[in-house]
Amino acid sequence: MALDQSFVGRSYPPTAPYEVGREKIREFAEAIGDTNPAYTDRAAAEALGHPDVIAPPTFVFAITFRAARQVTEDPQLGLDYSRVVHGDQKFAYTRPVRAGDRLTVTSTIESVRSMAGNDILDVRGEVHDESGEHVVTAHTKLVARGAEEEQPASQTGEA
Amino acid sequence: MAAKIAYEDVEAGTELPACTFPVDRERLVRYAGASGDFNPIHWNERFAKEVGLPDVIAHGMFTMAEAIRVVTDWTGDPGAVVEYGVRFTRPVVVPDDDKGASVEVSGKVAAKLDGEARTVRVDLTVMSAGQKVLGMSRAVVRLA
Repeated sequence: MALDQSFVGRSYPPTAPYEVGREKIREFAEAIGDTNPAYTDRAAAEALGHPDVIAPPTFVFAITFRAARQVTEDPQLGLDYSRVVHGDQKFAYTRPVRAGDRLTVTSTIESVRSMAGNDILDVRGEVHDESGEHVVTAHTKLVARGAEEEQPASQTGEA
Repeated sequence: MAAKIAYEDVEAGTELPACTFPVDRERLVRYAGASGDFNPIHWNERFAKEVGLPDVIAHGMFTMAEAIRVVTDWTGDPGAVVEYGVRFTRPVVVPDDDKGASVEVSGKVAAKLDGEARTVRVDLTVMSAGQKVLGMSRAVVRLA
């Protein structure tokens, strides 16, 4: 079922603050195998001009994606999340996320389209710190694959 | 910030040092825990096959995290990344054996964008098992 176009532009209330912990950053850096000292050593981060250890560029996705649940689980939107795959991801940074940040996310539906039986949803997550300064914007494209029985025969193939 | 590569020292076509990142099942479990993404397609072979995948696949965001390391290792300062985007085109299939899979990343300066802001665009090529796994993989980076 095609998603309702009237949802384009809808914004959801800012999330409760997420406090970025230095040990959480360390855990994430270790999980991706990245030994850059800017993630774990405050002196090394300061030498690069940062006030504290910073997070790897994609760390913030865990926060913005959690916030996007407001959208994907909005019963009025009616997205079938069991069919959703991640299409595109983009980040635009004002500054890196760092330890001690208390970040809120405001999610907005940027576009809703139907293509070849799939629903394509673009969600923008604006991330701000405690003082209201912009930190990063995450653009997430989600694709809800159409149910097979709803697709024209030419789309289903033999598989 | 404090990137160790200077804007004046690169040209369109300058290649970044390539890197290969191994990924096995243990790494996916660690990434699931650290990122909070516990989708079973990333650790449960039975579930992955039930939904039509050949085997367990890596988190797309894991692959995205590895790919940008070619840029952050090059600049030294991860805070130099101004923009970063990818398209998830093919999954990285991770078999349950002693080798796992690997993600091969190369990058080059595609364009010098702004001499005042000292920004360049880096295009990344991200392969696994001989196939491109990320498309439109691009970063804008502020150099020294």
